[in-house]
Amino acid sequence: MRPIRRRRIILIGLILAAVAAATSAMVYGLSRNMSYLFTPSQVLAGKAGDFRSFRLGGMVAPGSIWRDPHSLLVKFMVTDGDHTMPVRYTGILPDLFRANQAVIATGHMHGGVFVASEVLAKHDATYMPRELQQAMAQAHAKYHVVLPGAENAP
Amino acid sequence: MPELGQMALILALLLAVVQAAFPLLGAWRGSAALMRMARPAAAGQFVFLLLAYAVLTHAFLVNDFSVRYVAENSNLTLPWYYRFSAVWGAHAGSLLLWVLILNFWTLAVAVFSRRLPEVFVARVLGVMGMVSVGFLTFSVFTSNPFIRVLPAPANGMDLNPVLQDPGLVMHPPMLYMGYVGFSVAFAFAIAALLGGAFDNNWVRWARPWTNAAFGFLTAGIVLGSWWSYAELGWGGWWFWDPVENASFMPWLVGAALIHAQAVTEKRGGLRAWTLLLSIFAFSLSLLGTFLVRSGLLTSVHAFASDPRRGLFILMLLGLAVGASLLLYALRAPKVAGGKPFALASRETLVVVGNLMLVVAAAMVMIGTLYPIVGDALHLGRVSIGPPYFGPLFIAMMAPVVVLLPFGPFARWGRADPREWKRVGLIAAPAAVVGGSLFAWAASGGMPPWQAWLGGLSSAWVVAGVVLYVRKRWISVPAGRRYPAEMAGMLLGHLGVGIFLAGALLTNALSVETDVRLAPGQTASIGAYTFRFEGVDDVRGPNWIAHQGTVVVTQNGQQVAVLHPQKREYSGDVVQTEAAVSAGLFRDLYVALGESLGGHGAWALRLYDKPFVRWVWLGGLFMALGGFVTLLDRRFRVRAPAGETPPAAVADALPPPRPREAGA
Repeated sequence: MRPIRRRRIILIGLILAAVAAATSAMVYGLSRNMSYLFTPSQVLAGKAGDFRSFRLGGMVAPGSIWRDPHSLLVKFMVTDGDHTMPVRYTGILPDLFRANQAVIATGHMHGGVFVASEVLAKHDATYMPRELQQAMAQAHAKYHVVLPGAENAP
Repeated sequence: MPELGQMALILALLLAVVQAAFPLLGAWRGSAALMRMARPAAAGQFVFLLLAYAVLTHAFLVNDFSVRYVAENSNLTLPWYYRFSAVWGAHAGSLLLWVLILNFWTLAVAVFSRRLPEVFVARVLGVMGMVSVGFLTFSVFTSNPFIRVLPAPANGMDLNPVLQDPGLVMHPPMLYMGYVGFSVAFAFAIAALLGGAFDNNWVRWARPWTNAAFGFLTAGIVLGSWWSYAELGWGGWWFWDPVENASFMPWLVGAALIHAQAVTEKRGGLRAWTLLLSIFAFSLSLLGTFLVRSGLLTSVHAFASDPRRGLFILMLLGLAVGASLLLYALRAPKVAGGKPFALASRETLVVVGNLMLVVAAAMVMIGTLYPIVGDALHLGRVSIGPPYFGPLFIAMMAPVVVLLPFGPFARWGRADPREWKRVGLIAAPAAVVGGSLFAWAASGGMPPWQAWLGGLSSAWVVAGVVLYVRKRWISVPAGRRYPAEMAGMLLGHLGVGIFLAGALLTNALSVETDVRLAPGQTASIGAYTFRFEGVDDVRGPNWIAHQGTVVVTQNGQQVAVLHPQKREYSGDVVQTEAAVSAGLFRDLYVALGESLGGHGAWALRLYDKPFVRWVWLGGLFMALGGFVTLLDRRFRVRAPAGETPPAAVADALPPPRPREAGA
């Protein structure tokens, strides 16, 4: 009986220690690495103020895409219908990046301009990020949001 | 024709109900007649599902666009091989494949379980029948692939271009073989809990199935990783994307399970834990299916989603997990037992490894589910990315890597710490010298810390494997040195070593740049010069593309000519096809960005990725290890010919050979 009890105590101790260490590491990791999604209106309302880095979602405003002729720098405006926000990005844009399409950019604010380190566009012709769809529906109902096919609507 | 498939699907569902209900009833009431219904029902169900699947495949091959699923996912211009694989290119068909594979495993269990007690087999097949009932109901009522659309369109829409790739032809079947393969271990655990008794021979019987499932799952994940590398044009091999995590969670628990099963089989210990892990592994497979199919996640896998479907899988998941955990809580205390073990023993090492793997799986699960749960509870829309998963995963796996070489040297019950010391004293200097030299050579100079860590950890693991191979070579007579089970273990551990080198070296040494190049211009990364020759138009079976030509030179010598493409499929869908010059020691990777107007200039993405192949090579070694163990004679002892009562069958199995036991 004794070795079994000893083994149990060791096992339980190991499990508790592992769970405690892992839980604290996870909570810390989560608190440090959550990235929130905001629309331009929400950013201008100051909701993103506390976050060093966040994701900006909206539609690419028509006629707003400007490319630097000598580098990969590109500037465009993201809109949610009510407000717009300038974005600058250096790099290759996704295949489906174009005016009037939904995008999600990850980055930070720098003097009124959103500096993106990553830009994602919708995946295919019928797909729009669900979270973005909801955010935009909340932000503005008038704006023409290209919803996925009727069958796919939630 | 499609109606025939529909009929076959419904008949399969009815047979699944028979397979689920009667054998379990028979096992409960002790009715041999009812229990004997399990095998014919499983066989019949397989035949009808195969028929249904064949009918759907036929509809794709002959372009029968009157079937809505075909019209939505195929096209007259789609090559025949993609029409064949398009069957699992979207939700309804991939679900059919899932159930077909479940039935394949069930049939295999029915055929290869003749030496097990009838009552146990009845329970195992009954539980697998219940899983089948759940998924077939799902298929028939919410995701029927045979629904007609009348009048039939003249042409279909297209298969998602992202899925038109050889890597994707094999990825889902492999992954499903793994996911569903864990249903055998799950059914075994439930059957053992239902019976309330525990027999180590059953674990020995269950082990090869788990090992095979683990092998398939590993291969499926490797294929998925390779596909996303080649097809998505981002050049990475793992993104901690929710759909990747969905397959990685069962993998982690599966890795723990195959080790825990070894302990239970050889020593009788950790019984309750093994049963729990069996339940977890399959539950996480179900969770993975739920996450990917419910439309909660935004990714290429989240096919057009119907909220009813998500709800259905969620209910199925809740029912399966809830019921099995309840059963576990009621019955697990009864099955405890096994030989005691000392603190320094192989059991302890397995327990530590198991804990770390399970905690890592929990970490991945929390990071994956938090955004979904947070959104549902209106806590804001968050995403959790690599900065959370990466460092935590490395921290949790570090102890596993450090302890890994000692595992095979540890005896069951009580290990000799002096032997560990000897191993450590040889392996540590070997790893430091070998790993540093390796990292130095790979980096072509002073290695960055991550590359150095990669060389070190890889050499440490490989040194442990080599030392153990040497020990067996010296101390065991020829012919008995490396039984298949042990060879599989050694291959798997070697795979871990190769993977470590690949993952850490490629992360540390990759050079990735986005550049703007006009025809004739060059860009250099590392020792390589990329010269852009311009873009031509090319035409494929169902796409037209801009195709760039990039000549790569090193010291004036031509190394490769690459042709990255930007394909346009029907419906204005654009797809980037990266061009990769693959090599054992490095990949050169070029993806075409966008046309930048004047003078034919394009944005190009240039990567130099050393050792990236080792990531997948390591995975393939792990998968191979899982498959090799199947050859072990210990797993395939047959009952003596003639009528043998079940009890005698169990006794006829030879006792485990502790000295030759691999992990």
